[in-house]
Amino acid sequence: MNRSTIDLWVGIFVAIGLAALLFLSLKVANLASFSSAQSYKVEAKFANIGGLKVRGPVKSAGVVVGRVADIRFDNHSFEAIVTMNLESDFRFPKDTTAKILTSGILGEQYVGLEAGGDATMLKDGDRLRLTQSAVVLENLISQFLFNKAAEGKDEKK
Amino acid sequence: MPQDSIVEIRNVSFAYDAAQPVLRDINMAIPRGSVVGIMGQSGCGKTTLLRIIMGALRPSAGSAQVLGADTAKLDTAALYAQRRRMGMLFQFGALFTDLSVYENVAFPLREHTTLPEDLIRDLVMLKLNAVGLRGAAALMPTALSGGMARRVALARSVALDPQLILYDEPFTGLDPISFGVITRLIRQLNDSLGATSLIVTHDVQEALGVVDYVYFMAAGRVIAQGTPAEIRASAEPFVNQFVNGKRDGPVPFHYPAPGYAADLAVGTA
Amino acid sequence: MLAAGLRAQLERLGGVVTSTIWRLGYASRFLAYLVLHSGTALRRFRLTIAEIYFAGVLSLVIILVSGLFVGMVLSLQGYETLQRFGASESLGVLVALSLVRELGPVVAGLLFASRAGSAITAEIGLMKATEQLAAMEMMAVDPVARVVAPRFWGGVISMPLLAALFSASGIFGGYLIGVQLIGVDAGAFWSQMQAAVDWSNDIMNGVIKSVVFGVAVTWIAVFEGFDAPPTAEGVSRATTRTVVTSSLAILALDFILTALMFTGGSR
Repeated sequence: MNRSTIDLWVGIFVAIGLAALLFLSLKVANLASFSSAQSYKVEAKFANIGGLKVRGPVKSAGVVVGRVADIRFDNHSFEAIVTMNLESDFRFPKDTTAKILTSGILGEQYVGLEAGGDATMLKDGDRLRLTQSAVVLENLISQFLFNKAAEGKDEKK
Repeated sequence: MPQDSIVEIRNVSFAYDAAQPVLRDINMAIPRGSVVGIMGQSGCGKTTLLRIIMGALRPSAGSAQVLGADTAKLDTAALYAQRRRMGMLFQFGALFTDLSVYENVAFPLREHTTLPEDLIRDLVMLKLNAVGLRGAAALMPTALSGGMARRVALARSVALDPQLILYDEPFTGLDPISFGVITRLIRQLNDSLGATSLIVTHDVQEALGVVDYVYFMAAGRVIAQGTPAEIRASAEPFVNQFVNGKRDGPVPFHYPAPGYAADLAVGTA
Repeated sequence: MLAAGLRAQLERLGGVVTSTIWRLGYASRFLAYLVLHSGTALRRFRLTIAEIYFAGVLSLVIILVSGLFVGMVLSLQGYETLQRFGASESLGVLVALSLVRELGPVVAGLLFASRAGSAITAEIGLMKATEQLAAMEMMAVDPVARVVAPRFWGGVISMPLLAALFSASGIFGGYLIGVQLIGVDAGAFWSQMQAAVDWSNDIMNGVIKSVVFGVAVTWIAVFEGFDAPPTAEGVSRATTRTVVTSSLAILALDFILTALMFTGGSR
């Protein structure tokens, strides 16, 4: 096996190895989106964040517009403070609502933004005032059972 | 020292484990330009002595002066510099099996010089011609016979024109023709390079035919020394047994054992 | 009587532990020496390229074929379970995450250890047994710098590339079975995968794992070869030890790295 053949094969090997890495990064993962996007920070307080995780998506009208950057607990108001990185291309009005929604019935949770009508836009570091917490399944079930019990009582009357 | 000595061994002792010394108070002087043999039984310490001269081992006591420097006092860089002036032929050649004959001989030239390729080619062909294997330059070591491999290794060890050439059992396993070839090559290379050669071997007859001086070792000591004629005529019992290949003598035939009758199972009742 | 036997066993155990720790220290010093003397391997890159060929290129076939089969099996098995929960469209996610996070680095590492690691150990061990390393030293060439270091760097460079190729091949195999054979929707397969696999968390962590495994396997391989007793039996036992120790090291390191990387990250 002479030197130039070895060099050729090693070159091919390294090339396809890097191509595989590229394939994995672009086609398999989500590198193409989001790596170099400029973003600004926005905060929101929630009574209950449910199963929301850091790096979860922030969507508006179903389209991903940002990522959850940080989740902290406020010991004074006993609420959760969620910090989000929104893409600089997307500006939202100051009275935008943030809700914690679930994709599908049992899927992962995300923050859904519904734009308001205010003329002023959110700036870096602003806080959203209107929020709706996550739906906790247990509360839903107990409410359902409560309603069922109330219906039964009405019928008996 | 009256003569100019390339190697001087002064009171060298060596032991891996203090209870079993391998070398005991060895004294030797190898004059420049001579071919000297170190002979003895397997296990007498001659290979260890060679390693001390190479600088691979440090003596536990005494000093080994090689090419004007004490081997124990050299740091790695100085040791490597010294080794570039030495050549060593290993017992079975130790050719690099992944390189061709040409590449093997070119190896020291490539590693230690910045000579251009065509000059290296000429030097390699020169060395291979000296050992008679110029035509085998393209072969791989696995395609060579034992004698040929050893000749290529010899060419490789003299590639940088060393001042001191060491041979570790160069005659092992050779056929009579190769024997003759190697002995003549040892003498020719020594004289044409103006070098000094040190041969460690137990092939008595072949070695006595080529060396100028002999040191005889047994159990880690030098027990006899002299010119080949003196050794052949020696009355020393061990030397006598060794040189004449006698079955029994100071080195007994029987390994120590209890009485013969005691070991037999049948018919002792 | 019992106490004497127990004591002997404890002494033996203590001996094994101390000799293992001693050997680990010796191997670490060897690695440090090797890295410090890697100048030749990097300056004369030709040597390292030759070793990348022997360790990497010659492992390509087994890596690609194994990756393909692993991906295909993941797809088959995964579909069986997922479709019970009506989540068969997440098949791409299952295949991709399993491969990129775990199976790619680990299985490729194990295959590399048994193919390339054992070859490196045997080669260095045989060079030692036939006095080639001693001859090199006599010619004033440091055998660690000239023979061992290129093999070490060749292995370390090859390993992440092989792991990436394994994962890519596996995902392709998963696609073949999942979409072409079983009939999962191609769009859902890829889009859900892209949504679930994160570059810095999954891909890069997988790459980091494969680099760590590459260092571990190649280190063990060159050390065992260099330290092997210069006999036929010695070399064969060293080769076996390379494969066994490398495999255990990969699995243990995988556990540690997974614990560090993939848990305790989300709140």
